[in-house]
Amino acid sequence: MTGATIIFYLLAALTIVSGLLAVTTRMIFRAAIYLLFCLIGIAGIYFWLQYQFIAAVQIVVYVGGIVVLIIFSIFLTQQAGEKLPKQNLGRQLFSVLAVFCGLALALVQLAQYEFVITDGKPVEPTVANIGKQMLGVDNGGYALPFEIVSILLLAALVGCIVIALKSNTETA
Amino acid sequence: MQPGLYHILFISTALFFIGVYGFFTRRNLVTMLMSVELILNSVNLNFIAFNKYLWFDKMDGLFFTIFIIAIAAAEAAVAIAIIINLYRSHNSIDVEQTEELRY
Repeated sequence: MTGATIIFYLLAALTIVSGLLAVTTRMIFRAAIYLLFCLIGIAGIYFWLQYQFIAAVQIVVYVGGIVVLIIFSIFLTQQAGEKLPKQNLGRQLFSVLAVFCGLALALVQLAQYEFVITDGKPVEPTVANIGKQMLGVDNGGYALPFEIVSILLLAALVGCIVIALKSNTETA
Repeated sequence: MQPGLYHILFISTALFFIGVYGFFTRRNLVTMLMSVELILNSVNLNFIAFNKYLWFDKMDGLFFTIFIIAIAAAEAAVAIAIIINLYRSHNSIDVEQTEELRY
């Protein structure tokens, strides 16, 4: 067992355990913190796979952006120290059953499936390569999806402002 | 055992179904949004693992992951704007009490 293997299993355990705690704890603020650790674990797995750029994006966008947004919305909508109401036992039981069946089905399929590995030359996922292909307009370039995503982000920005704006009748 | 593709696919499958469980059982909109984030992250992990172990001569999985992260950020921002607006008008973000569009 090498050091890399031990680190991988530690990251996997961190991800899955904190993910489980994030959906089961009844303290909503703790759920957000467990989600934070789960996302950090996933970023660690990206680092372990040597996809440094994706790991950095994961930390910046998810850990630095989305989790902070979620924590702020918890502060704005929740009374301090209040626990979430207890779950209905029947619903919990059937959810566990459905999720367990789905998990078993997916894992059985996974164990039976033989993946085909390509025989091409490996491409290093460096920032230079990513940037060239991201903005490329030739075959295999991602310039069009890039532009569409930027328009989507603009639309989301405008939509957020319009939704969160106080209506005129309220302020007047 | 040396970790490989199957180990990472196991993690992402587990994360996906953890997110589905949270989505089924939670009744608070913010925690449901957190479950959706878990599901999206498991998909990202899948794309990266396939790119790393099966199609290492291309970077398509990596680009899909970047675009999914961008769309997830936009989705989270819009969802939280809706949730905060809902809290303003209903004083609650429990899905059981936001039933005006139900019928």
